[in-house]
Parts: sequence; C-alpha cells; structure tokens
Amino acid sequence: MSAIQPPAQRVWWKQPVHKEEILWIVIAFAWCLVMFFMMPYWHVYGKQNLSSETYRVTPALFQKAAEEMVAKYTVRTETDEKIPVVHPPAGADIYLIARLWAWWPILELEQGKTYRLHVTAMDYQHGFSLQPENINVQVLPGYEHVITVTPNRAGTYSILCNEFCGIGHHKMVSKLYVK
Amino acid sequence: MANNVAEFRTCPRTGLQFHKSAETLIKANAVAAVVALLVGGILALLVVLTRWQAVHIIDAENFYMVLTAHGLDMLAYWIIFFEIAVLYFCSSTLLRSRLATPALGWVAFWLMLGGAVLNNVAVFRGDSSVMFTSYVPLPANPMFYLGLILFAVGALIGCFIFLGTLVVARAERTYEGSIPLVTFGALTACIIAIFTIASGAIILIPTFLWSIGYISHIDPLMYRLVWWGFGHSSQQINVSAHVAVWYAIAAIVFGAKPMSERVSRVAFTLYILFLQLASAHHLLADPGVSTEWKVFNTSYAMYLAVLASMIHGLTVPGAIEVAQREKGFTKGLFEWIRKAPWGNPVFSGMFISLLGFGFLGGISGVMMGTEQLNMLIHNTIYVPGHFHATVVIGTTLAFMSLTYFLIPTLFNREVIMPGLAKWQPYLFGLGMAVFVLAMMGAGTLGVPRRHWDITFAGAALPYEFPGTAWLMLAIMGISGLVAIVGGAAYILITVGSLLWGKKLESGAYSTKGTVLRMPVATAITGHGSAGFAAPGTFVFALVFLAAFVLYYFVNWKYLSTVWGLS
Repeated sequence: MSAIQPPAQRVWWKQPVHKEEILWIVIAFAWCLVMFFMMPYWHVYGKQNLSSETYRVTPALFQKAAEEMVAKYTVRTETDEKIPVVHPPAGADIYLIARLWAWWPILELEQGKTYRLHVTAMDYQHGFSLQPENINVQVLPGYEHVITVTPNRAGTYSILCNEFCGIGHHKMVSKLYVK
Repeated sequence: MANNVAEFRTCPRTGLQFHKSAETLIKANAVAAVVALLVGGILALLVVLTRWQAVHIIDAENFYMVLTAHGLDMLAYWIIFFEIAVLYFCSSTLLRSRLATPALGWVAFWLMLGGAVLNNVAVFRGDSSVMFTSYVPLPANPMFYLGLILFAVGALIGCFIFLGTLVVARAERTYEGSIPLVTFGALTACIIAIFTIASGAIILIPTFLWSIGYISHIDPLMYRLVWWGFGHSSQQINVSAHVAVWYAIAAIVFGAKPMSERVSRVAFTLYILFLQLASAHHLLADPGVSTEWKVFNTSYAMYLAVLASMIHGLTVPGAIEVAQREKGFTKGLFEWIRKAPWGNPVFSGMFISLLGFGFLGGISGVMMGTEQLNMLIHNTIYVPGHFHATVVIGTTLAFMSLTYFLIPTLFNREVIMPGLAKWQPYLFGLGMAVFVLAMMGAGTLGVPRRHWDITFAGAALPYEFPGTAWLMLAIMGISGLVAIVGGAAYILITVGSLLWGKKLESGAYSTKGTVLRMPVATAITGHGSAGFAAPGTFVFALVFLAAFVLYYFVNWKYLSTVWGLS
C-alpha cells in the first residue's frame, strides 16, 4: 500500500498515471529541451563562448613564446619584482603563464580589440579568474588553451587563481589593463 | 544453511522485521557515519570561521588541511557509511529477508573504517592537503590514496551484499510481487555506486602508483575526466538514496503510496541511464575537450536526469498530498500541507530537504551545468554553495530525519530531548539555506572557493573585493554557525538517545521470518479520474518552474554583458 511495500498490483506498470504527472512530465521535458537549445543557440548568436582550441605544450616551449612576446612588447615594469607589462598590437597572439604562485606577464589590452590569449600552467593546475568581470577558466599543465578575447570595457582588472595550488594559492594575483 | 540459523525480530511499533546480523551491521555503519559527521562538523566550524574573512581564525597551512579533511569526512565517510546502512535496511529489513553473507559485511565495514582512518591520518600528518579532488600533479602521501582505495573496496563489497540480499529474498520468497519503490530507489543508488567506485578505482589506483613512483606521469585532464566519474557520480548515489529516503518517510509518516509506481520507477531508471555522464559538467571550463562533447554530455546526460529529479519533486509531495486528502485534509489547495506534522522532525526534516534540494541545489546546479554559463561561476565559492544545498540540505538532512525514525525502531530507544529534536531540522536546514544563498551571492561576485584569504595578504599585486562580498561571507559565517549548532544538536540527540534514551521493547528474536504480503488493492478514488489528485503539489511545481526559468535567463543576461569570448 505504501512506498515501503510491494506495489498493490502485480502488474503495476499498467496502472493508470495521474493527470498532473503526465502534464508535469511534458512541461519539464519541454523545459529541458529549451535548456538544451540555448547552448547551441548561444554558439550561433551569443558572443561569449569558450573556445576549445587546445594544443599539447611543454613548459619550456611555452616559456619561450611568452619571453619572445615580452621582449617585443614590454612598455614598463611594475612592483619590486619588475613584472613586465606588455602592450601587444590588436589581433596579436598573447601568452599568459600560470605558475606557483604568480601570473606572468601583466597584459595591457585595448578596448574593443580582439586578441588570441594563450594560457597554460607550468606546474600544478590553476584557475584563471578575471575580476571583477568574473570570467573563470581552468588552466592545466601540458595544455595550451587559446581563447579569443574581446575586452568590452576599459579599466583595471585583476586575475586571481581559483584552483587550489598549494600554500601560496592566495598570493597568486595579477593585473590586466584595458585602455 | 545460513537460512536455518537466521534470527529475526519484529519491531512492535512499526511491524518492520529485522534480521539480527543485518541489524548489527546497520547499527555499526550508522554509528561510524555519525562519528564521521562529528569529526567533519568540528572541521566545518574551523572552515566557516576562517572563510568568514573578518574572523579568519586559522593559518593557511592548517586551513587547507582542515578543508581537505572536512570534504572527505563529510562527503565520503559520513554519507557513504550511512548509505551502506540504508542499503542493508532497504534490502534485508524492507524485504524481510536475511542479509546475504553478514560475515562479508563485516569485512566491508572494517575495510571502510580502516580506509577512512588511514586517509584521515594521511591528511592530518599535513602532507596531503590536496582537497577532496586531489588533482594531479598536486602530490599527496601514498597513504591518502590507499585509504580511499580501501574504503572504496569496502563500499563495493557492501553494494554486492545488497544485490546478494535481493537475490536471496527473491529465491526464498520473502516478499510477494515486485520490490517496494524505496528498495528500487536503493537499487538505483547501488547500481550508480558500482559505476562510481569503478571510476574511482580506474583513476585512484594509478594515482597511488604514481605517488610511490611506479608511474611517471598522470595526465591532468584525463585525471579530471575519470576522477569526476567518481567524484560527481558519488553525489548521484546520494541523490538516489535520499530520494528513496523521501519516499520512505512519506510512507512511514503518512502511509503515502507512490502516485503511480510506473512514473516513479521510470524516473529512478532515468538516473541510472543518464546521471553518470553528467559529471562532464565539471570540465566545461577546461581546455582539451570539444564544445560538442560538453554540450552533448551536459544536455543529453544531465537534462534527462534533471527531468527525473523534477518528476520526483512532484511525485513525493504529491504522494503526501494524496494521502493527506484521503485523511480528510481537503480544504482548498494547501490544507494538506498546513496540517502536516511540522513538529515531527522525521517529516519536517524530509520536507525541508526536498525544498532545499530542489529550489537551491537543483536550480543552481542546472545553471552551473550550462556550457557557457559555467564560466561565470567555475571554481568560485558558488560551487560549494550549490553542493551544500544538494548534499547537506538534500542528503544529510534527509538522513538526519530518517535517524529520528531509526532510533526507536532499530536501536529500540526513545529519542531524548524531543523539544530540541523538534527544532533541529529547522536550525540545520534553514541555517544551511541562508549559508548556501550567501555563498552563491559571494560566488557571483567572484570570490574563489578553496581560498584562505580574499585580502590576498602578501601578494605582489593587490585586489580588493567589494564590500558586498565581505557582507556575504559574514552572512555565510553566521548562518554556518547556526547550521553547525543544528548539526551538533543532531549528534547530541542521536548519541544521547543511544546511550541514555529510555529502552523500548524490541520484540523477541525467533528463527521464523514472516513473508511480506502484497497489500490488498483498493479501488482508490482520484486515480486516473478527470480531476487532479494533488492540485496543491502541482501549483508548487509551477512556482518551482517559474523560479527556475527566471533564474536561468537572468544568468544568460549576466553572461551577455561580459567580454566577448570565442
């Protein structure tokens, strides 16, 4: 008679189903379809889709690419550690290294321009978290993720690490400027 | 033959029949679960008081250690020990059968206990602060992985004992007809558990070998892919188990029968078929997996499971409504719920669990599991906000309410401090609800999860979170304390009742078991008739849907304002 007893009918699968159950299943299923179509829809009409362009990479190789970019486009340095600030031209390939416990180098971009941002981790897993914009992407060692970004507002942003990466995790903060 | 010596007793209050060996095993697993909850709860206090930025009680090293242990003790040990107890209860007790191979049940228990202790020792040595997820190449002590593996092997044996008991019950004809819906739900949990533990073995065994130097490299992406087959699927065991507990409590408190067996069982089957691959949504912000893979696995896999949860969300309260209406609470749409026994913690806890799981855990989970929207909250404190709604309000509170039923039935003790017990689900459930909302609020402002210090003391470059984020963390801290008081009350009542509760008559043991008869089918008015049998529940469901749709599109709106990404 109840849910902790066997069904009252031996052939319970032929028992009629309540009207509101059927109606609710139809509504819920329709809603699930809407949620499914939103994802492909956004790929066609939306402007915020995470790229899946990825390459295998070694830390040394990525480091070299980042250093070449820094040598070419550094405009100034910041803090006592002399972290380079690079201002690459629009459309450029830009490289961002995540490592224990810093992001390197500091990027300076232009509003409305598009860049190909390459990002990888040198050691453990890290989390790219752009604040206060709140864009969050996983960063894995051995994988070079290429994301096409178009900053739409000028300002000073911060990049935090939001994947736990050891004792200095909370010190892993950098800046990103949009002019 | 073991059957000849199996001893049974019938509980004089509920009529449930306990197999002596099963009973002892259920007790042992339930007690181990509560001990894990106690340890996890003390750790929760330290975590909350540290993340409440204005209090910030322990240092970074201890914080990450405590957080790792908190995750494991709660998510793995408290919940899975309790689930093994639920599995034995749903097979042996509900089917009135002897438990298959009780001796192996003890092997399982000691393996699980040994594994849990070993894993905790590894964490508290301080060299395994790798969080619950232990993402490679972050290194932990080999004991850390070994403990988890032993625990998983024990749990796997428990699953097979459950399946074996179903076979024994069928062969020895201890019940008529089909297995009860609650046992079917437990079977769902068990099948998912086997998949889950297999995934865990596939990734944790190589990781253990890597930690002792036998394997040189574990690919971080592969680790995440396979690990989440374990990490997320284990939460699907919880969902199946606590939904089964909801149905059980509806049956125990109201004598509620499922609205229709077919719908509820199909919904459980949807969990088995589609829930596991939904773990793909943990990789939505990852490099190296294609867009099509992400969309396919979160929509095909997850939404059909979401559908199943939405069905249970209707049929569980619907079953209660039908039962209440048959008792004469028919006035208007909502008399059945207004006149429900809100002072009975078995019911109130279960109903808060249902609401919290659906409104807070369910809606936020689907939002997070949408490919593009995931970028807004990935790895922020929103994520623990979500899963505290699902596994704390959902699973933990459901298990707590079941405990109030088990104390007199299984342990034959009267629940002590009934006044406190009456308030406990509210303290815990509502404290947790505010806690969860505050975490989600902070996450929406970008506050990272698993993070010791959002003032970033000692960092080369500064970042300041807005005052609202601090406020959210303070609300989280205060409501977290309320929930911890609620959790402490649960432990006090449970342990106190077991030690000092008035002894109740347990029923004598005999070697003769009785057969679980099929209930006599009655012609029930309202079944398949033109009107709705549960109109109030249907209105609740529509309110839920409206909240869901609104919140979902608010997040798309938010996404449309951030930087262009492609």
